[in-house]
Amino acid sequence: MITLSNVHKAFGDNKVLRGIDLTVPKGTSTVVIGGSGTGKSILIKCILGLVEPDSGVITVDGVDVTTQPRDAFLARFGMLFQGGALFDSLPVWQNVAFRLLRGSLKRPKAEAREIAIEKLRRVGLAPEVADRFPAELSGGMQKRVSLARAIAAEPEIIFFDEPTTGLDPIMSGVINDLIREIVAEIGATTITITHDMTSVRAIADQVAMLHAGKIRWAGPIGDLDTTDDAYVRQFVSGSPEGPIETLR
Amino acid sequence: MTRILASIGAAVLSSLAALGRFVLFALGTVSHLFRPPFYPKELGHSLLQIGYFSLPVVGLTAIFTGGALALQIYAGGARFNAEAVVPQIVAIGMVRELGPVLVGLMIAARVTSSVAAEIATMKVTEQIDALVTLSTHPMKYLTLPRVLAATLVMPVLVGIGDIIGIMGGYLVGTQRLGFNGATYLQNTIDFLEPLDVTSSLVKGAVFGFIAALMGCYYGMNSGRGAMGVGRATKNSVVMAAILILASNFLLTEAFFSA
Ligand SMILES: Nc1ncnc2c1ncn2[C@@H]1O[C@H](COP(=O)(O)OP(=O)(O)O)[C@@H](O)[C@H]1O
Ligand SMILES: [Mg+2]
Repeated sequence: MITLSNVHKAFGDNKVLRGIDLTVPKGTSTVVIGGSGTGKSILIKCILGLVEPDSGVITVDGVDVTTQPRDAFLARFGMLFQGGALFDSLPVWQNVAFRLLRGSLKRPKAEAREIAIEKLRRVGLAPEVADRFPAELSGGMQKRVSLARAIAAEPEIIFFDEPTTGLDPIMSGVINDLIREIVAEIGATTITITHDMTSVRAIADQVAMLHAGKIRWAGPIGDLDTTDDAYVRQFVSGSPEGPIETLR
Repeated sequence: MTRILASIGAAVLSSLAALGRFVLFALGTVSHLFRPPFYPKELGHSLLQIGYFSLPVVGLTAIFTGGALALQIYAGGARFNAEAVVPQIVAIGMVRELGPVLVGLMIAARVTSSVAAEIATMKVTEQIDALVTLSTHPMKYLTLPRVLAATLVMPVLVGIGDIIGIMGGYLVGTQRLGFNGATYLQNTIDFLEPLDVTSSLVKGAVFGFIAALMGCYYGMNSGRGAMGVGRATKNSVVMAAILILASNFLLTEAFFSA
């Protein structure tokens, strides 16, 4: 279980997070929605310790994240970065198998490569892609390679930052199914950031909406369409009319 | 008047603060030398990139400098009927100062800039964050191999630069200035002291350390976007060059002031 209580983060006078309270139960899929620039990416970077919150407490399984040994802590996580963040000096398969080629999870090279190719297949990429370099792939392919990297070491907690942005509808469907499978099969705890309402419905056990630095609304997916919160209703319907300002 | 003093004071303070951050960064880097895991493949890659592929630049820089030096010393020496000292002064000038300094500056141009741009781009595209989440320490994986490689390989590059610089002087001396080849070389060898060579190689190691360290430091601390990368690259090269010249003065002082 992951909990955030009263987490604040500002960059200069840009107060991005202004008191986030959020609970993510173990083995479930939580989707965070919210307008672009509202701090969704920063939120998950705070959990990983990539960005240090100004105040507030974040715990994983009841333990404060700042008190845990970094290596063991991070070994439990997988992360798909919004921009992919592939290492462009390494071929695709070595990106996917990065964790399996060094450190505590190290395996023989041939085995790591096999796992990489299997993970690539799961995100809809052919084995030929394995020996190409990230720069030779389209944006959508890079995203999927990055997704394969995030799940390669079968971590117990996985964050997906906009996994379907830039993908065609069919590939989006494949990825949505994959995320669902990962939760069902390995019982992983996941947080997915997305704007894509189809994805939200396909992936989420519960949904949290970030607005103006706070969790505006959180609840099970079944309540998303029946809530009377005007902000959520506007976001879900995609209407320019409503309480959410379009100038930001 | 107080305004001017205040701005001078502020500049001094901020340079001291920057120097302090470099020292902390350097200590952090060196501390990883003793803590596993190590990444020998990264080190090998850096040795190749920084060492081997710098050879053409180093060779060209040295040969033209040695040649020009011989011409100048001949012209200057002629005023005192001291044309004969060309081999000795070329050797001293190349080995003690010009070899290490010019190779150092060329490495700042070639290596510092590329290291800074590469690491800054990695930072801007979240690759550094990705490294961290994959349980890999960026200082161990990116900084240490580059700094270690530059420190190890620069004495070799400077040594080669010294030799090629002397050869440049030799070529000009024998082809243009009428020196006898055998005597030229004999004079060079007789005149150079072991301390000259040692100081040259030590300077090389220090300059290599500075050049790679500045590239990594500015890369890791890059601002956002393409502008951040550009600024990091520019600042790293400027700072590396200044620190190389300043430390050269201090090292010359330490080695040669009696
Ligand atoms: N490293 C940083 N320095 C300064 N501001 C940042 C930094 N990272 C993010 N921000 C700002 O924080 C806000 C939230 O960013 P982000 O979490 O990426 O938004 P999103 O919800 O679209 O993922 C934005 O206004 C962005 O400009
Ligand atoms: Mg984002």
